[in-house]
Amino acid sequence: MSNSGRPLSPHLSIYRWPITMVLSILHRATGVAMSVGLVVLAAWLMQTAAGPEAYLRFTSTLSTFVGMLFLVGWSFAFFFHAANGVRHLVWDTGRGFDKRDADRSAWIVVGFAAIATAVFWWVAA
Amino acid sequence: MSLKTPLGRVLGLGSAKEGTDHWWGQRVSAIALVLLGSWFVYSLLRLDSLTYLDVIRFIGMPLNAVLLSLLSLTLAYHSYLGVQVVIEDYVHAPGTKVVSLLLSRFAHIFVAIAAVYAILVIGIGS
Repeated sequence: MSNSGRPLSPHLSIYRWPITMVLSILHRATGVAMSVGLVVLAAWLMQTAAGPEAYLRFTSTLSTFVGMLFLVGWSFAFFFHAANGVRHLVWDTGRGFDKRDADRSAWIVVGFAAIATAVFWWVAA
Repeated sequence: MSLKTPLGRVLGLGSAKEGTDHWWGQRVSAIALVLLGSWFVYSLLRLDSLTYLDVIRFIGMPLNAVLLSLLSLTLAYHSYLGVQVVIEDYVHAPGTKVVSLLLSRFAHIFVAIAAVYAILVIGIGS
Protein backbone atom coordinates (compact mmCIF):
# COMPACT_ATOMS: atom_id res chain seq x y z
CA MET A 1 0.00 0.00 0.00
CA SER A 2 3.01 2.32 0.32
CA ASN A 3 4.34 2.78 -3.23
CA SER A 4 3.98 6.55 -3.23
CA GLY A 5 4.00 8.56 -6.40
CA ARG A 6 2.07 5.93 -8.35
CA PRO A 7 -1.43 6.73 -9.60
CA LEU A 8 -4.14 5.76 -7.14
CA SER A 9 -7.48 4.41 -8.20
CA PRO A 10 -10.32 5.18 -7.62
CA HIS A 11 -9.74 8.94 -7.58
CA LEU A 12 -12.00 9.55 -4.63
CA SER A 13 -11.63 13.32 -4.65
CA ILE A 14 -12.84 13.83 -8.23
CA TYR A 15 -15.68 11.29 -8.04
CA ARG A 16 -19.30 12.33 -8.16
CA TRP A 17 -20.30 9.81 -5.53
CA PRO A 18 -22.78 7.23 -6.79
CA ILE A 19 -25.52 6.52 -4.23
CA THR A 20 -24.44 2.87 -4.06
CA MET A 21 -20.95 3.95 -2.98
CA VAL A 22 -22.35 6.26 -0.31
CA LEU A 23 -24.42 3.40 1.09
CA SER A 24 -21.49 1.01 1.07
CA ILE A 25 -19.47 3.45 3.16
CA LEU A 26 -22.45 4.21 5.41
CA HIS A 27 -23.02 0.50 6.01
CA ARG A 28 -19.56 0.12 7.46
CA ALA A 29 -19.72 3.43 9.35
CA THR A 30 -23.08 2.60 10.96
CA GLY A 31 -21.78 -0.87 11.82
CA VAL A 32 -18.76 0.55 13.64
CA ALA A 33 -20.96 3.18 15.32
CA MET A 34 -23.24 0.44 16.63
CA SER A 35 -20.25 -1.54 17.91
CA VAL A 36 -19.65 1.46 20.15
CA GLY A 37 -23.38 1.59 20.89
CA LEU A 38 -23.24 -2.03 22.01
CA VAL A 39 -20.89 -0.99 24.81
CA VAL A 40 -23.45 1.61 25.91
CA LEU A 41 -26.25 -0.98 25.74
CA ALA A 42 -24.25 -3.35 27.96
CA ALA A 43 -23.40 -0.47 30.31
CA TRP A 44 -27.10 0.40 30.52
CA LEU A 45 -27.88 -3.20 31.53
CA MET A 46 -25.03 -3.25 34.06
CA GLN A 47 -26.20 0.03 35.60
CA THR A 48 -29.74 -1.32 35.76
CA ALA A 49 -28.44 -4.39 37.60
CA ALA A 50 -26.46 -2.10 39.93
CA GLY A 51 -29.66 -0.53 41.28
CA PRO A 52 -31.90 2.55 41.06
CA GLU A 53 -29.28 5.22 41.85
CA ALA A 54 -26.78 3.92 39.28
CA TYR A 55 -29.61 3.59 36.77
CA LEU A 56 -30.74 7.18 37.31
CA ARG A 57 -27.21 8.50 37.02
CA PHE A 58 -26.68 6.63 33.77
CA THR A 59 -30.00 7.54 32.14
CA SER A 60 -29.73 11.20 33.11
CA THR A 61 -26.44 11.33 31.21
CA LEU A 62 -28.16 9.74 28.22
CA SER A 63 -31.06 12.19 28.32
CA THR A 64 -28.89 15.26 27.96
CA PHE A 65 -28.95 16.95 24.56
CA VAL A 66 -25.69 15.33 23.48
CA GLY A 67 -26.86 11.98 24.82
CA MET A 68 -30.09 12.22 22.84
CA LEU A 69 -28.12 13.08 19.69
CA PHE A 70 -26.20 9.85 20.14
CA LEU A 71 -29.38 7.85 20.76
CA VAL A 72 -31.06 9.26 17.63
CA GLY A 73 -27.87 8.52 15.70
CA TRP A 74 -27.78 4.94 16.93
CA SER A 75 -31.45 4.41 16.11
CA PHE A 76 -30.83 5.67 12.56
CA ALA A 77 -27.73 3.47 12.34
CA PHE A 78 -29.81 0.49 13.43
CA PHE A 79 -32.62 1.00 10.89
CA PHE A 80 -30.18 1.81 8.12
CA HIS A 81 -27.80 -1.08 8.78
CA ALA A 82 -30.72 -3.52 9.15
CA ALA A 83 -32.37 -2.44 5.88
CA ASN A 84 -29.09 -2.33 3.98
CA GLY A 85 -28.20 -5.68 5.53
CA VAL A 86 -31.36 -7.18 4.05
CA ARG A 87 -30.30 -5.59 0.73
CA HIS A 88 -27.01 -7.45 1.08
CA LEU A 89 -28.84 -10.70 1.86
CA VAL A 90 -30.88 -10.29 -1.34
CA TRP A 91 -27.62 -9.73 -3.25
CA ASP A 92 -26.31 -12.97 -1.72
CA THR A 93 -29.02 -14.81 -3.67
CA GLY A 94 -27.59 -13.32 -6.87
CA ARG A 95 -30.46 -10.86 -7.41
CA GLY A 96 -30.58 -7.09 -7.66
CA PHE A 97 -27.10 -6.42 -9.04
CA ASP A 98 -28.31 -4.56 -12.11
CA LYS A 99 -27.21 -0.92 -11.89
CA ARG A 100 -30.77 0.43 -11.92
CA ASP A 101 -31.92 -2.13 -9.34
CA ALA A 102 -28.98 -1.33 -7.06
CA ASP A 103 -29.70 2.41 -7.29
CA ARG A 104 -33.40 1.90 -6.59
CA SER A 105 -32.85 -0.45 -3.63
CA ALA A 106 -30.33 2.09 -2.29
CA TRP A 107 -32.95 4.85 -2.22
CA ILE A 108 -35.50 2.48 -0.69
CA VAL A 109 -33.04 1.75 2.13
CA VAL A 110 -32.36 5.46 2.70
CA GLY A 111 -36.08 6.24 2.71
CA PHE A 112 -36.88 3.38 5.06
CA ALA A 113 -34.14 4.34 7.51
CA ALA A 114 -35.23 7.99 7.59
CA ILE A 115 -38.93 7.20 8.00
CA ALA A 116 -38.36 4.41 10.54
CA THR A 117 -36.16 6.68 12.66
CA ALA A 118 -38.75 9.47 12.55
CA VAL A 119 -41.65 7.12 13.34
CA PHE A 120 -39.69 5.45 16.16
CA TRP A 121 -39.03 8.72 17.97
CA TRP A 122 -42.50 10.03 17.22
CA VAL A 123 -44.08 6.92 18.81
CA ALA A 124 -41.54 6.90 21.65
CA ALA A 125 -42.17 10.55 22.52
CA MET B 1 11.22 -30.22 -9.38
CA SER B 2 9.32 -31.40 -6.36
CA LEU B 3 8.36 -35.03 -6.04
CA LYS B 4 5.18 -34.10 -4.17
CA THR B 5 1.90 -34.79 -5.88
CA PRO B 6 -0.25 -31.78 -6.90
CA LEU B 7 -2.70 -32.64 -4.10
CA GLY B 8 0.10 -32.90 -1.55
CA ARG B 9 1.34 -29.45 -2.47
CA VAL B 10 -2.00 -27.67 -1.94
CA LEU B 11 -3.37 -29.56 1.07
CA GLY B 12 -3.57 -27.35 4.12
CA LEU B 13 -2.98 -24.15 2.14
CA GLY B 14 -6.52 -22.82 2.35
CA SER B 15 -7.09 -19.07 2.61
CA ALA B 16 -7.17 -18.81 6.38
CA LYS B 17 -7.96 -22.48 6.94
CA GLU B 18 -11.50 -21.66 7.95
CA GLY B 19 -13.21 -21.66 4.55
CA THR B 20 -16.53 -19.84 4.49
CA ASP B 21 -17.20 -19.83 8.24
CA HIS B 22 -16.81 -16.06 8.59
CA TRP B 23 -19.14 -15.35 5.69
CA TRP B 24 -21.82 -17.73 6.95
CA GLY B 25 -21.53 -16.58 10.55
CA GLN B 26 -22.11 -13.00 9.46
CA ARG B 27 -25.18 -13.95 7.38
CA VAL B 28 -26.78 -16.22 9.96
CA SER B 29 -26.29 -13.68 12.76
CA ALA B 30 -27.63 -10.95 10.44
CA ILE B 31 -30.88 -12.86 9.93
CA ALA B 32 -31.14 -13.53 13.68
CA LEU B 33 -30.57 -9.82 14.36
CA VAL B 34 -33.35 -8.76 11.96
CA LEU B 35 -35.72 -10.83 14.13
CA LEU B 36 -34.25 -10.01 17.56
CA GLY B 37 -33.76 -6.35 16.62
CA SER B 38 -37.38 -6.01 15.50
CA TRP B 39 -38.49 -7.53 18.79
CA PHE B 40 -36.29 -5.12 20.75
CA VAL B 41 -37.56 -2.03 18.90
CA TYR B 42 -41.15 -3.19 19.35
CA SER B 43 -40.54 -3.88 23.06
CA LEU B 44 -38.94 -0.47 23.63
CA LEU B 45 -41.94 1.23 22.08
CA ARG B 46 -44.37 -0.85 24.15
CA LEU B 47 -42.69 0.02 27.45
CA ASP B 48 -44.72 2.49 29.50
CA SER B 49 -41.56 4.38 30.33
CA LEU B 50 -37.83 3.90 30.70
CA THR B 51 -37.94 4.43 34.46
CA TYR B 52 -36.03 2.00 36.64
CA LEU B 53 -39.13 0.09 37.78
CA ASP B 54 -40.56 -0.36 34.27
CA VAL B 55 -37.21 -1.57 32.94
CA ILE B 56 -36.74 -3.98 35.87
CA ARG B 57 -40.25 -5.35 35.35
CA PHE B 58 -39.60 -5.80 31.62
CA ILE B 59 -36.30 -7.65 32.04
CA GLY B 60 -37.81 -9.60 34.96
CA MET B 61 -40.12 -11.45 32.57
CA PRO B 62 -38.31 -14.71 31.68
CA LEU B 63 -39.03 -14.58 27.94
CA ASN B 64 -37.76 -11.01 27.73
CA ALA B 65 -34.61 -11.93 29.65
CA VAL B 66 -33.93 -14.83 27.26
CA LEU B 67 -34.53 -12.75 24.13
CA LEU B 68 -32.48 -9.86 25.48
CA SER B 69 -29.60 -12.23 26.27
CA LEU B 70 -29.81 -13.72 22.77
CA LEU B 71 -29.84 -10.20 21.32
CA SER B 72 -26.75 -9.18 23.31
CA LEU B 73 -24.81 -12.32 22.39
CA THR B 74 -25.75 -12.17 18.71
CA LEU B 75 -24.94 -8.45 18.56
CA ALA B 76 -21.53 -9.09 20.13
CA TYR B 77 -20.82 -11.93 17.69
CA HIS B 78 -21.96 -9.98 14.61
CA SER B 79 -20.11 -6.89 15.82
CA TYR B 80 -16.93 -8.89 16.36
CA LEU B 81 -17.07 -10.30 12.81
CA GLY B 82 -17.63 -6.81 11.37
CA VAL B 83 -14.94 -5.05 13.38
CA GLN B 84 -12.53 -7.87 12.49
CA VAL B 85 -12.99 -7.13 8.78
CA VAL B 86 -12.57 -3.40 9.36
CA ILE B 87 -9.30 -3.98 11.25
CA GLU B 88 -8.03 -6.38 8.59
CA ASP B 89 -8.86 -3.80 5.90
CA TYR B 90 -7.23 -0.75 7.47
CA VAL B 91 -4.55 -1.93 9.91
CA HIS B 92 -1.59 -3.24 7.96
CA ALA B 93 1.34 -3.28 10.38
CA PRO B 94 1.48 -6.93 11.52
CA GLY B 95 2.00 -6.17 15.22
CA THR B 96 -0.69 -3.50 15.49
CA LYS B 97 -3.07 -5.71 13.53
CA VAL B 98 -2.72 -8.71 15.84
CA VAL B 99 -2.98 -6.51 18.94
CA SER B 100 -6.09 -4.74 17.55
CA LEU B 101 -7.74 -8.06 16.73
CA LEU B 102 -6.94 -9.40 20.20
CA LEU B 103 -8.27 -6.29 21.94
CA SER B 104 -11.41 -6.35 19.80
CA ARG B 105 -12.01 -9.99 20.67
CA PHE B 106 -11.47 -9.41 24.40
CA ALA B 107 -13.71 -6.32 24.37
CA HIS B 108 -16.52 -8.13 22.57
CA ILE B 109 -16.41 -11.10 24.92
CA PHE B 110 -16.35 -8.75 27.90
CA VAL B 111 -19.39 -6.84 26.63
CA ALA B 112 -21.30 -10.05 25.90
CA ILE B 113 -20.64 -11.51 29.36
CA ALA B 114 -21.42 -8.18 31.06
CA ALA B 115 -24.78 -7.87 29.30
CA VAL B 116 -25.87 -11.44 30.04
CA TYR B 117 -24.67 -11.25 33.65
CA ALA B 118 -26.59 -8.01 34.18
CA ILE B 119 -29.74 -9.54 32.71
CA LEU B 120 -29.37 -12.57 35.03
CA VAL B 121 -28.90 -10.36 38.09
CA ILE B 122 -31.97 -8.30 37.19
CA GLY B 123 -34.02 -11.40 36.39
CA ILE B 124 -33.14 -13.24 39.59
CA GLY B 125 -33.37 -10.13 41.74
CA SER B 126 -36.86 -9.14 40.68
